[in-house]
Amino acid sequence: MQRSDFSAIVPVLIVTLSACAVMLAEAFRRKHEEMPLGWLGVIGLVGATASSILLWNSHLVGFGVVAADNFALFFNVMICAIGLLTIFLSMGTAERDQLPVGEYYTIMLFAIVGMMLMGSSKDLLVIFLALEIMSLGVYVLTGIKRTSEAGAEAAFKYFVLGAFSSAFFLYGIAFTYATTGTTKLDELGLKIASTAAEPNLLVILAMVFLLVGFAFKVAAVPFHMWTPDAYQGAPTLVTGFMSTGVKAAAFAAFVRVFLAAFEPLRMDWVPVLSAIAGLTMILGTVVGVAQTSVKRMLAYSSIAHAGYLLVGLVAANAAGKAAILFYLVSYAITNLGAFGILAALSSPDRPHDDIRDFAGLGQDRPWLAGLLTIFLLSLGGFPPTVGFVAKWYIFNAAVQEHMVALAVLGVLTSVVSVFFYLRIVVMMYMVDESAPGHRPVVPVMVFVGLLLAVAGVFYLGVLPGRLLSIAASSVASIF
Amino acid sequence: MNLPILSLLVLLPFVGAVLAPIVGRGGRDQLVRQFALAVSLVTFGLSIYMWMHFDATSAEYQFVERHAWLPDFGISYHIGIDGISLLLVVLTTFLTPIALLCSWESVEKRVIAFSFFMLALEAAMIGVFVSLDLFLFYVFWDAMLIPMYFLIGIWGYERRIYAAVKFMLYTMAGSVLMLLAIIALAYYHQTVTGVVSFDLVDLYAINVPVQMQTWFFLAFAVAFAIKVPLFPFHTWLPDAHVEAPTAGSVILAGVMLKMGTYGLLRFAFPLFPQAAMAWAPVIGILATIGIVYGALVAMVQPDMKKLVAYSSVSHLGVVVLGLCALNVQGVQGAVYQMLAHGISTGGLFLIVGMLSDRRHTKLIAEYGGLKAVTPKLVAAFLLVTLASIAVPGMNGFVGEFLILLGAFRSPFISHPWLAVIAATGVILSAVYMLWMFQRVNYGPITNPKNRGLRDLSVREWIVIVPIIAMAIFMGVMPGVFLKPMEPAVRKVVQHIVGAAPSMNAGSAATPAQTGTR
Repeated sequence: MQRSDFSAIVPVLIVTLSACAVMLAEAFRRKHEEMPLGWLGVIGLVGATASSILLWNSHLVGFGVVAADNFALFFNVMICAIGLLTIFLSMGTAERDQLPVGEYYTIMLFAIVGMMLMGSSKDLLVIFLALEIMSLGVYVLTGIKRTSEAGAEAAFKYFVLGAFSSAFFLYGIAFTYATTGTTKLDELGLKIASTAAEPNLLVILAMVFLLVGFAFKVAAVPFHMWTPDAYQGAPTLVTGFMSTGVKAAAFAAFVRVFLAAFEPLRMDWVPVLSAIAGLTMILGTVVGVAQTSVKRMLAYSSIAHAGYLLVGLVAANAAGKAAILFYLVSYAITNLGAFGILAALSSPDRPHDDIRDFAGLGQDRPWLAGLLTIFLLSLGGFPPTVGFVAKWYIFNAAVQEHMVALAVLGVLTSVVSVFFYLRIVVMMYMVDESAPGHRPVVPVMVFVGLLLAVAGVFYLGVLPGRLLSIAASSVASIF
Repeated sequence: MNLPILSLLVLLPFVGAVLAPIVGRGGRDQLVRQFALAVSLVTFGLSIYMWMHFDATSAEYQFVERHAWLPDFGISYHIGIDGISLLLVVLTTFLTPIALLCSWESVEKRVIAFSFFMLALEAAMIGVFVSLDLFLFYVFWDAMLIPMYFLIGIWGYERRIYAAVKFMLYTMAGSVLMLLAIIALAYYHQTVTGVVSFDLVDLYAINVPVQMQTWFFLAFAVAFAIKVPLFPFHTWLPDAHVEAPTAGSVILAGVMLKMGTYGLLRFAFPLFPQAAMAWAPVIGILATIGIVYGALVAMVQPDMKKLVAYSSVSHLGVVVLGLCALNVQGVQGAVYQMLAHGISTGGLFLIVGMLSDRRHTKLIAEYGGLKAVTPKLVAAFLLVTLASIAVPGMNGFVGEFLILLGAFRSPFISHPWLAVIAATGVILSAVYMLWMFQRVNYGPITNPKNRGLRDLSVREWIVIVPIIAMAIFMGVMPGVFLKPMEPAVRKVVQHIVGAAPSMNAGSAATPAQTGTR
């Protein structure tokens, strides 16, 4: 054991410690005593972000399994940013929703630990461990509002299906180990490359199982069934957190496993993943059109976005890999902003889930409506928002690889998706107030979080150059 | 000159848009109206200043600004204008203050948002006309949809939501495929030259294989054809126009439709010259169908706005026909007609808007005998109508004459008879316009509600007089507008036709030679 082993895991350690701190603080908190628990999490996440940035270009590996290469660090920062934004948006709204705040932040931070590990693992077993740390946290967060029947149902569904997919994933690891004798990604890549011409049937089977596991986590068709229910039932901010964090972490591991270790078998998995990507885009947008619940609609939108990300994965050239990273950042900022507004608006008598609840918001709360419009336009891929650049980058990669069919499907489905994003805009601006119930005051920190998000949307939409080159260099560090 | 005048032209309305909510805080609607009008007037002044410093003898891009934006992808902030885009920019800055002024009283709700979207729209439209980088162009092109969507959707008439969504999705569906073609083209540039580039000037220089050109051309042409709209892609237009508020209609007909024809001329034709020459006959036929079809459908419309909308389909068909002639006369006439149509159709929508402000209906049958009630309004109506039907001495005449002349001589129009058929469309336009004019203004007053309508107010005079003056000025002094565009038009035509000498080597009079006026 060397010092560099520990240096590599410093970001993860910091978040773990801050999670423990929040847990202890909550345990020693007297009833009705106010504690800035969220800020403890903020400190941890800022520390983790800072240490990740300091480790940039250090190429350390901790204990042979946890990498601190630029790719991992990019995801560390992204996931910490997701965590920070979620915490800001939760300050005030979590209390108002009567969530158990201490547990909420603790579990969220532990889930973040899992997510960060997902992006850093260089070993299938550690990936599995990270996957479980993350997933268990998210299952609990889904059902954290114990009085909510929908939440309990969502958590249960998510848990059962999630456990099912974990089993697939574990089978995949087992078969991989059985045929190649290793779970380390580097060695695995070499072993597979040496037999790529005549691949063992078990290796193919292992690959398929791993694919199922990942497809489940990123909500790709046909393993997307849990998504609408879980997204709708979970507390709104948890939905925002898991739609962005889980997707980012899962794609991080997905890229590492499929574009590094299983790269030699690319010819075998590209057709499958292309089909999945196409179906995911189609189903996400087409079914999204029929939704009247905004959270459900955003769930299908999340499925569709997984499809666009998969296009980047299939294209898998340098641009495609970097595009995945950029797209994840774009989606995280935008989607968290949208969910943040939903959470800020929800009150017991007007939960702002049904699309009709948004009627007249443009008159009632012009700033919130304006922000939500910007986030929705970014999800739909309009310039000058980050969503446009992200989509352009993905399709750029696909066109470069002559995957014209996928690219055409991608742009056409994104037109369809604009239809349902616009439905909310129509409600906010073009339909007059009709539904009963009042809209609550928006807490200060939520506004801060929203402004950060919208600043990101425009900054990265107009001047994406810097992040694009950082994404490109982080991808270059592992391939 | 060091002043980044084009950037200022884009930024000024944009900054104005961003400031509008601050200016109008606390419900100061009147102040916001004045502020937006002032911003648009300053923008107009700036564009005139630019015109005065424009070198009309040069075909090169002028006022060029170029800054690296995403250098790794060959994308730069590259803007500049030639004679064609100069005139369209001025058209935009000319119509925006008028559109703002015409909604002074009719837009009562959410004035701040209205001013915001109008100014943002102006910025994006100017951006489209000055972009010399395909990525930048697409950014403005797509961004432009958003304000227009809101203008139709919030301030429109009864079926505004349907019209707004249809407008948005229809135009988007066309343009996303163009985006893919743009990307593919940029990477084709990479395979040829080794560097990826979205720069228009770079892309003009490469020679795309004919097979590929067809696909690229179709992707571009469909996007622009939807925008024009060329028959049979026109179905969104009547809905959008009928439901849009007057200001929206003025901008939509006056400027946005021109983006389709501008796009064909600036991007689709010169980037893919062989495909353009191969498809020009087909597009010419579609344009001719559009001319006659639009005119016939316009004739039977009971709704004035719908009538004017279909007349736009017909008139824009004439413009496209001129472009397809691919000779200097045809193209020059087409650009002239774009301006003329912007002025005269803008004027028609303004008049219809004034009538509907008074009576809250756009149905022709509701009117009749207005001549006795509102003589000044009717006089303005008459002048605008005459401009629209291309009476000699008015703006419409010059463009249509040149277009028909160009089309008749062009080897790319499949048959000279096409020009003859197109000419009947011009005659038909006199029929439906004058018939509408007659039914609205002459005869006895059959509807008692029409008695006692007020005549033009001072504000309405200020709105309509510049339009009429410009229509007459363009008709009497066409040289002022034809001269600055001529070098640019000549260059484009030579670029397109010169790309394939084999195609016109046999014809005695090549289009470039017949181009002398």
